[in-house]
Amino acid sequence: MQRYIIRRAGEAALALFVLSIIIFLMVRLTGDPALLMLPPDAGIEALEDLQRAMGTDKPLVVQYGLFINDYAHGSFGDSLRSKTPVSELISDRLPNSIKLIGAAFVIVILISLPLGVLSAVYKGTWIDTLCTGIAVLGQAIPVFWLGMLLIQLFTVKLGWLPSSGMGGLTNYIMPAFSLGFFTVAAITRLLRSSLLEAMDSEYIKLARIKGLTEFKVIWKHALRNSLISVVTLGGIYIAILITLGILVEVVFAWPGMGRLLFQGIVFRDFPVVQAVVMISAAIVITTSLMVDIAYAYLDPRIRLQ
Amino acid sequence: MAVVVDNAAIQAVQISVWKKAFISLKGAPLIPLFIIVVFILSAILADLITFHDAHKVSLPNRLIPPFWQDGGTFSHPLGTDPLGRDVLTRIIYGTRVSVIIAGAALTIGGGFGTLVGLTAGFYGGKVDTLLMRLADITLAFPLILFAILLVMVIGPSMMNVIVAISLVLWARYARVIRGEVLGLMQRDFIARARVSGASDWRIMMRHLLPNVMPTLIVLLTLQVGWVIIVEASLSFLGAGIPPPTPAWGSMLADGREYVSTAWWVTTAPGIAIMLVVLAFNLSGDWLRERLDPKQRSI
Repeated sequence: MQRYIIRRAGEAALALFVLSIIIFLMVRLTGDPALLMLPPDAGIEALEDLQRAMGTDKPLVVQYGLFINDYAHGSFGDSLRSKTPVSELISDRLPNSIKLIGAAFVIVILISLPLGVLSAVYKGTWIDTLCTGIAVLGQAIPVFWLGMLLIQLFTVKLGWLPSSGMGGLTNYIMPAFSLGFFTVAAITRLLRSSLLEAMDSEYIKLARIKGLTEFKVIWKHALRNSLISVVTLGGIYIAILITLGILVEVVFAWPGMGRLLFQGIVFRDFPVVQAVVMISAAIVITTSLMVDIAYAYLDPRIRLQ
Repeated sequence: MAVVVDNAAIQAVQISVWKKAFISLKGAPLIPLFIIVVFILSAILADLITFHDAHKVSLPNRLIPPFWQDGGTFSHPLGTDPLGRDVLTRIIYGTRVSVIIAGAALTIGGGFGTLVGLTAGFYGGKVDTLLMRLADITLAFPLILFAILLVMVIGPSMMNVIVAISLVLWARYARVIRGEVLGLMQRDFIARARVSGASDWRIMMRHLLPNVMPTLIVLLTLQVGWVIIVEASLSFLGAGIPPPTPAWGSMLADGREYVSTAWWVTTAPGIAIMLVVLAFNLSGDWLRERLDPKQRSI
């Protein structure tokens, strides 16, 4: 177990290190970062001042040390557009993104578990076809287009739900649904196949012979074991939700990290983009590390591999 | 006489090949295959089958609805976008971007990943450990974030999108191919090839590669859809194909502000993405059933 944790943590740390090097080098190899940080109309004095302030005259290793030191202390520079520290912008937006991802997570569980179970139990019937069809569609529809379709239907045509911003609970429905739909599709398919495998096994036959109700056989015995295959990929699903969240936030004007990133791209606000990418990637890498460790803790087969 | 017999034999073989091809098409997902053919043909023939300029801005003609709605005309069957460009024309030209990016990224990323997988599985030991750690680290990278960063620094272009996707794509191939190769290395024909003096390179290319081909083809087909969606997502965020090149993702971005007033600007490219991705996914599933029985459960 310890060896497993050390290995996985080492991998995650290495991934983060590589990411920071890439971010650091990409900026410096393509020219002076001071040029990227300055607005296009800045004068030469401003450039020299900034170069001195940022220490771009020092060797690369020293520069990298300074870069990491700044990030470790939560100082990400100032936004070019709003002139406010990027750290403030991020601490305003991050909770909103987490709320959206949490809501999507709830929707994913509420929809994909019943769909997966239904399609496995009623294998070969129209119910199975319907559930599998939803799953196949979910992997082919880009989340941001799904968001637009929902807005067209529920905001423009029916006028039931608000299309942008945060506010009441109704603001969550469409963004969380579009964000979760891709994952719903993936989990439904996975759950269906692993449930079908489980239903064939000896312990299910035994449970039936014992005279348990069909409900108990499926929801308690079969589902529990099938969920293992879903939990294994938990880290990947969270990473998917975080990156897809960027797109969904743009569609629904959700005041989160993704929208911040989008505005950063549009206004070529480099400090913002750099910080959001670095932080989101760090969150993705650490959550998938935690999911993996939790999973290894629960299932001895993994850590003994 | 002998010649005649030979010819007959050859003919018999040829017939059976054609028959086999026909039989193997039975149960094939014909509609998805048809969509794929149309998709690729539109990319090749875009200049011949469109009547409008995909780039020409014409503000008097902006936001004309599709032909079945009031105010629509047959000259713009799917309407026009906020800059007065024909939506259908841009969708047809948009196939080019998707075909080029999917083709290039899968060739570069898939090719490199296959090579890494073959090397890791063949040599094993430290080489294997090192290469697979590298693959795991790459897989831990959130692709879209990485691509956005790349584009921010070097500027948006088709080349950068291809580079960004390939840089992450290889790891999947390396992992899967390496797993297959590990199994093959235990087999007799590899030992025999070695005994007969085949070089490492020759064993990898002539003996291992053909055996992992079915897996590779399935993986490639299944990932076309994924690459198309990633490209569309990047273009949607303004970090993909720069305007005015018609790409499905940027068409969706152009229409985002008009979702409530001009639904057709975003609906048409959305449907195009969905159909093509669906077609490749379904064909990939079918290929997997046919070529790779081992992976059926996945």
